[in-house]
Amino acid sequence: MSGTFVGMPAFPEAAREALADSQLRHNLAHATGTIRAKRAKVVAEVEDWEELRLVGAAVKERALLDLETQLVRLEETLTANGATVHWARDATEANAIVASIAKAHEAQEVVKVKSMVTQEIGLNEALAEEGIAAWETDLAELIVQLGDDLPSHILVPAIHRNRAEIREIFRSKMGAAGRPAPADLTDEPAVLAAAAREHLREKFLRAKVGVSGANFAIAETGTLVVVESEGNGRMCLTLPEVLVSVVGIEKVVSRWEDLGPMLRLLPRSSTGERMNPYTSTWSGVTPGDGPQEVHVVLLDNGRTRALADEVGRQALRCIRCSACLNVCPVYERTGGHAYGSVYPGPIGAILNPLLKGVGHDDQIDSLPYASSLCGACFEVCPVRIDIPSVLVDQRAQVVDAHRGGVPKPEAAAMKGAAYVLGRSRRLSALERFTGLGMRFARRFGPAAWIGARDLPDAPAESFRAWWLRTNGGRNDGGRKGDGTDD
Amino acid sequence: MTDARTEILARVREALAGSTVELPETSAPRDLAPVATPEVVELFAERVADYRAVVERCGTEELEERIAAALPAGEVVVPPGLSIGVAGAIVDNGALTAAELDQIAAVVTEARVGIAETGTIVLDHTPDQGRRAISLVPDTHICIIREDQLVADVPDAIALLDPARPQTWISGPSATSDIELDRVEGVHGPRTLHVLITPPRKVTS
Amino acid sequence: MRVALMITCINDALYPSTGKAVVRLLRRLGVEVDFPQAQTCCGQPMVNTGYLDEAVPVVRTFVDAFAGYDAVVTPSGSCAGSARHQHSIVARRSGDEALERAVAEVAPTVYELSEFLVDVLGVTDVGAYYPHRVTYHPTCHSLRMLGVGDRPRRLLEAVRGIRLVDLPGADQCCGFGGTFAVKNADTSIAMGADKARHIRETGAEIVVAGDNSCLTHIGGLLSRQRSGIRTVHLAEILASTEQSAVEEVLTR
Repeated sequence: MSGTFVGMPAFPEAAREALADSQLRHNLAHATGTIRAKRAKVVAEVEDWEELRLVGAAVKERALLDLETQLVRLEETLTANGATVHWARDATEANAIVASIAKAHEAQEVVKVKSMVTQEIGLNEALAEEGIAAWETDLAELIVQLGDDLPSHILVPAIHRNRAEIREIFRSKMGAAGRPAPADLTDEPAVLAAAAREHLREKFLRAKVGVSGANFAIAETGTLVVVESEGNGRMCLTLPEVLVSVVGIEKVVSRWEDLGPMLRLLPRSSTGERMNPYTSTWSGVTPGDGPQEVHVVLLDNGRTRALADEVGRQALRCIRCSACLNVCPVYERTGGHAYGSVYPGPIGAILNPLLKGVGHDDQIDSLPYASSLCGACFEVCPVRIDIPSVLVDQRAQVVDAHRGGVPKPEAAAMKGAAYVLGRSRRLSALERFTGLGMRFARRFGPAAWIGARDLPDAPAESFRAWWLRTNGGRNDGGRKGDGTDD
Repeated sequence: MTDARTEILARVREALAGSTVELPETSAPRDLAPVATPEVVELFAERVADYRAVVERCGTEELEERIAAALPAGEVVVPPGLSIGVAGAIVDNGALTAAELDQIAAVVTEARVGIAETGTIVLDHTPDQGRRAISLVPDTHICIIREDQLVADVPDAIALLDPARPQTWISGPSATSDIELDRVEGVHGPRTLHVLITPPRKVTS
Repeated sequence: MRVALMITCINDALYPSTGKAVVRLLRRLGVEVDFPQAQTCCGQPMVNTGYLDEAVPVVRTFVDAFAGYDAVVTPSGSCAGSARHQHSIVARRSGDEALERAVAEVAPTVYELSEFLVDVLGVTDVGAYYPHRVTYHPTCHSLRMLGVGDRPRRLLEAVRGIRLVDLPGADQCCGFGGTFAVKNADTSIAMGADKARHIRETGAEIVVAGDNSCLTHIGGLLSRQRSGIRTVHLAEILASTEQSAVEEVLTR
């Protein structure tokens, strides 16, 4: 075995670096531990939680399996409500639509609600190229943006930062982006939050264009829903004259009543609260209230590729709660950056390959292997995405994409194993060399194993050989009186 | 070149072709219980208070006094259809800018629905609650909700609400857990939420 | 009832004492097992690494070996999980309908040891004696893929002389994960190091689990750390009696 395994390079190397950062390990263990406990407490309050998860999965599945009808319906209802609907095949098209709307209003800046999809498409960078500043207004996104950093968690993108680091970022970077942090800034979370309030308020009050994603898009009623905590979402959705929402096509649910189970599932799974502080819903334009020009960009960007994957399709049910990240033993130790995507953790390990396809990028191909398949993610997923099964299926797709040509050492080893394990006499012949094999492995085995772990001693004979020699322990010289010699 | 809409819908069709599409049932797991029993009222008060909002129960006749006591120093704005008088309040005529609202200390509104299980107040921004901006920008929100507007859980509220109206679901004051997942109240939305629960409206027959 | 023992490849080659313990334990409880000589492996190493085609002959060998039994018992949550949940995927992929049918018949008959004892035989007190301070690590596949719940714990609690101590963070993965342990060795070792630390904190002499694969990883770390803590498979504790305990002392 060597370092040339399929799926080997990217994640393991990024993880090694992250694992060496003891501050990061500490921040992550503290944060994920806290939120795990909060989630467990509020989930335990719901008697029918498991049934509710089934309903949540069914709500999303129903819309996905009927997606064409649902999308057409959504377009109709949104349009009837006074919104303008745009369609974007990929990131470039979506970014161009948002930029052209901002330009039509001569906006030099936009205020943004925290949104995964706009990060996925790199909207801020695309707008910057057009001379438009995109201000992130969620506290964690602000920390990431000011720190010129990358998000490392779906819900709490700055989870890798502690309060002292955040204070330093605010002190040194806020001034260049607008109102500077107060001189007496401490590292108390309440003080840091107050500094963000002051810094962003002037931006909210003057903004002409707001940009958001959506947690849900309801086809029947043409309603978009944004779930948030701080009120920055309400500011962006209410105060600007123009609102542009970029919505992945998988966000659609069929009916208004579907929101009931989803709003019971999401906050408890996500922030570990019975309900998040603020949820906004809007159905197009309301005369005299909020933005009078409302745009919705329906985005594909790989979602139809994922939809075509019968096993992986379920990943499109994801409501971005991040419960799977918080319980993942791999995520807890490596953090989000190691996944090389805005979607980290277990869901990222399946979503990125599904959206982008496998077989052409070592980094993507490494993601399905970034899991011990412990299954903790599936257990907490509010929409019952069987992440371990999808991971295994994605691994098979990675292997299949590399079939043909000269087999890599791992593929050769697996072929050899298949040969040996296909017939018991081949296995039994090989088992005579177990002792030799273990002695060899102890000296020349994979450094990845023996670097930190001892190997067990090989037994004198295999179980199979013992069974044959003693007739299942019945003729074993009467030792121990019960027929086995152990 | 086909347009994006046509192509995306074609991709969707192709992706699902050959799949046996059996749409799963999505009925709610429980019966709706939209009646506000004393337990529901009690739970609502308790759960709202859990978010560190101020919760008071009072008779209709005490309401004016309680509102006056709850108001901070500075100006107060009220929606045009508020059913109770607030002395000295600015009545929103829809023309106040965001910057002007930022100079106002408090807002008094009514509500559409309250959800006991989650301690949530839902505004649907009819004239008794006003447009969205007035209950967002001022730093104190005093919200009056009647016992007969309270329901047990989220699906009960969904059944009563009109999706055509813009809605704001409020569960406690604005908060964040973005710093070390430590919950801190008070970011961009109103930092003080004061909820007044009043008896059911009398039905005259 | 015809019962077959599925030993698993790792127990066959490296931990025959676990298999012998299962035989001894079940014999004591009045169950004679067959050991179908044709058996090899459940195929999980291939499936979980993505080599589904390579797993097809292994699954075929598996169902050939275990067809016709009322129950197949195995001292591994992971391998039982593989047979019950993954063999159908491999069979479907093979396009061989006969194999699919055979898998559908055999898979539901596979039981992890604690399931077999509690659910099939209906016992929790197996008459074992084990005078040691022990902590139990529930392995992920037994816990979450099979859902064995508290069965192993109930079996252990009924063992005479045992002092069972709680393991902090017990339901957290040890970091083995099959080829994950090598492909993502740094992360695997970081997870294992935390597991080993929790085990040391309990002051136990023995850490017990239902999977020798996980115990190889945990034991490898504990041994490298010279912790003096031994790893023992659940079957071996349940098979122990006062007599075997005395013999153990005499042969030391």
